[in-house]
Amino acid sequence: MNFKLILNIAIHLLRARLKQSIVAAVGVTFGIAMFITLVSFMHGLNNMLDELMLNRTPHVRLYNEIKPTEHQPVFLSEQYKKSVNFISSIKPKDRGKDIYNSKAIIHYLKQDSRIIDVAPKITTPVFFNSGTIEISGVVYGIDAVAEEKLFRLSDYIIEGNISDLTQNNSIIIGKGLADKMMLKRGDILKVTTAKGNLASLKVVGITQIGIAELDNTMSYTSLSTAQKLLGAPKSYITDIQVKLHDITMAPALAKEFSAKFNVDAIDYQTSNSQFETGSTVRSIISYAVGIVLLIVAGFGIYNILNMMIFEKMDSIAILKATGFSGNDVKWIFILLSMVIGAAGGLFGLLFGFIFTSIIDVIPFSTAALPTIKTYPIDYNSTYYFVGITFALSTTFIAGLFPALKASKVDPVEIIRGK
Amino acid sequence: MISKVLETKKLSKFFYDPVKFQVLKEIDMSISSGEFVSIVGKSGCGKSTLLYLLSTMDTDYEGELFINDELVTGKTDKEFASIRNEKIGFVFQFHYLLTEYNVLKNVMLPGLKLGKLSEEEIEYHAMEHLRTLDMHEQALKMPNQLSGGQKQRVAIARALINKPLIIMGDEPTGNLDHKNSNLVFDIFQKLAIEHKQTLLIVTHDNDFATKTNRIITMEDGKIIK
Ligand SMILES: Nc1ncnc2c1ncn2[C@@H]1O[C@H](COP(=O)(O)OP(=O)(O)O)[C@@H](O)[C@H]1O
Ligand SMILES: [Mg+2]
Repeated sequence: MNFKLILNIAIHLLRARLKQSIVAAVGVTFGIAMFITLVSFMHGLNNMLDELMLNRTPHVRLYNEIKPTEHQPVFLSEQYKKSVNFISSIKPKDRGKDIYNSKAIIHYLKQDSRIIDVAPKITTPVFFNSGTIEISGVVYGIDAVAEEKLFRLSDYIIEGNISDLTQNNSIIIGKGLADKMMLKRGDILKVTTAKGNLASLKVVGITQIGIAELDNTMSYTSLSTAQKLLGAPKSYITDIQVKLHDITMAPALAKEFSAKFNVDAIDYQTSNSQFETGSTVRSIISYAVGIVLLIVAGFGIYNILNMMIFEKMDSIAILKATGFSGNDVKWIFILLSMVIGAAGGLFGLLFGFIFTSIIDVIPFSTAALPTIKTYPIDYNSTYYFVGITFALSTTFIAGLFPALKASKVDPVEIIRGK
Repeated sequence: MISKVLETKKLSKFFYDPVKFQVLKEIDMSISSGEFVSIVGKSGCGKSTLLYLLSTMDTDYEGELFINDELVTGKTDKEFASIRNEKIGFVFQFHYLLTEYNVLKNVMLPGLKLGKLSEEEIEYHAMEHLRTLDMHEQALKMPNQLSGGQKQRVAIARALINKPLIIMGDEPTGNLDHKNSNLVFDIFQKLAIEHKQTLLIVTHDNDFATKTNRIITMEDGKIIK
């Protein structure tokens, strides 16, 4: 088969029906442009939300879970080793939330080349006292420098400064809390711990994460202030937050650390599984819409090709009479369809790029995402590659059936018919 | 021994629609290289049908067909296509040029399909054929800008482009006035004499037929003379 000749014939046939061909190509253009726009936009959103969660969530978190001891004393007994032992009414053991030997663990983790950095944290429930009312909440004792490095906390501080936490007995509270208790910077806030310790802390800042539940309950202090509040020693830490170079390694590393340090460990993927589902659904929607639009365009091409073949019966008969085989004729029409697909598809990519560029500059601001100013777009060459592949494969399929019909045209019938 | 360009053995053809009907009845014939043969017969006697079988465009028949002493009956669609491309030049009653291409490209197309020569060489040969048919000045015109006689000359040039074993024509002058008919006949005769081109032409024009080497007369699906 002489590809150049076949393509040349396809293009000549197409030129004879230029208007219809353009209409068909516009259908493909529209489908591909919509696909590119949707996918880029949806993935932009996905990435933005991923980043949002990634910024706030450690890739691996080490902590102590409240749970019963796994190895009960009876398992150690020689006498009952071969028996099946039933133990009822086991109560969880109080190992304390403190991570044992946390200093050494942190030191060790910081050496690990797979890890970007580590941030220690103390999580403790408290009551915030406002007059006679007690509001339950959480205090996070953090290492301001490490926390800023890993989670860019300052992005969410709307008043004050993260470095103010280095002052003794200072606290940064959520906007919801501040509003409820009518607190502003410089005010004093009374805090009661679960064990009954009372402390007065100075409000040095206000955070707004954009999730009401968090903004209404949480607050940050320094590690030392939190330890003082709990009456705990200098080494007391309840969480070690780890950020990795490669997030996909999180589940494996969580297991490794858990075994090595004898603590509980949870990875990003496990703690955000519901989040992944949302991302997947958004991807599916954008692909589905793109495919549906292309199928519609495909039917358009199918119709136009059928019409063209009907009009070009004479030409088909002549080609066959002068030595083109059914296969050649088939490829002429498939290529004709794919030329429409390629032209329409390339314009579709171009328009898709233009549309996404327009969306990219539309202002979009939300309290939850202080760093985002415009709608997010993910410019990724993969989508363009997928787009053109879609365009070519749809037009190939749309062209295939009319082309098969054309290949079966009996020249004798046409020539006799005159 | 003169080689046989075309030979049939008991060639029969049936049509089934609307009723079973035998158009061609066990036709035995042969055409030798360099012959200029005409087929005559009443309208409806099966001349066109025979020509479509001989040209391999219609492959639904009984009996055997030899081209250049080779049995071609039962070959594949692709093989028939290349036989038509390389060995047979066909001229129809209604010129049948591709309206999408100009005259020159129409003539070149079977040559490009064959792909034995470069595009430049094919173009050169196409121009030569157009020149001998006095059509070289119209080479860049589109088919719809030509008269019927001119179109038919272009079709002849196209039939010649791959130096076929045989040129077949189905009433190639049937749609032309007297002057143009003579012109086309002169072209065929010139090809036969000067180039030893084998020709098989169906015609209902007795003047035309008598001027050829041999006349095959058909009646009712049989060759009677
Ligand atoms: N497709 C067909 N189906 C049925 N009968 C046909 C068909 N084509 C031709 N015929 C019949 O076959 C006979 C021979 O036709 P044809 O070969 O065209 O005759 P000619 O060319 O000698 O005038 C005619 O009677 C015609 O009606
Ligand atoms: Mg006829």
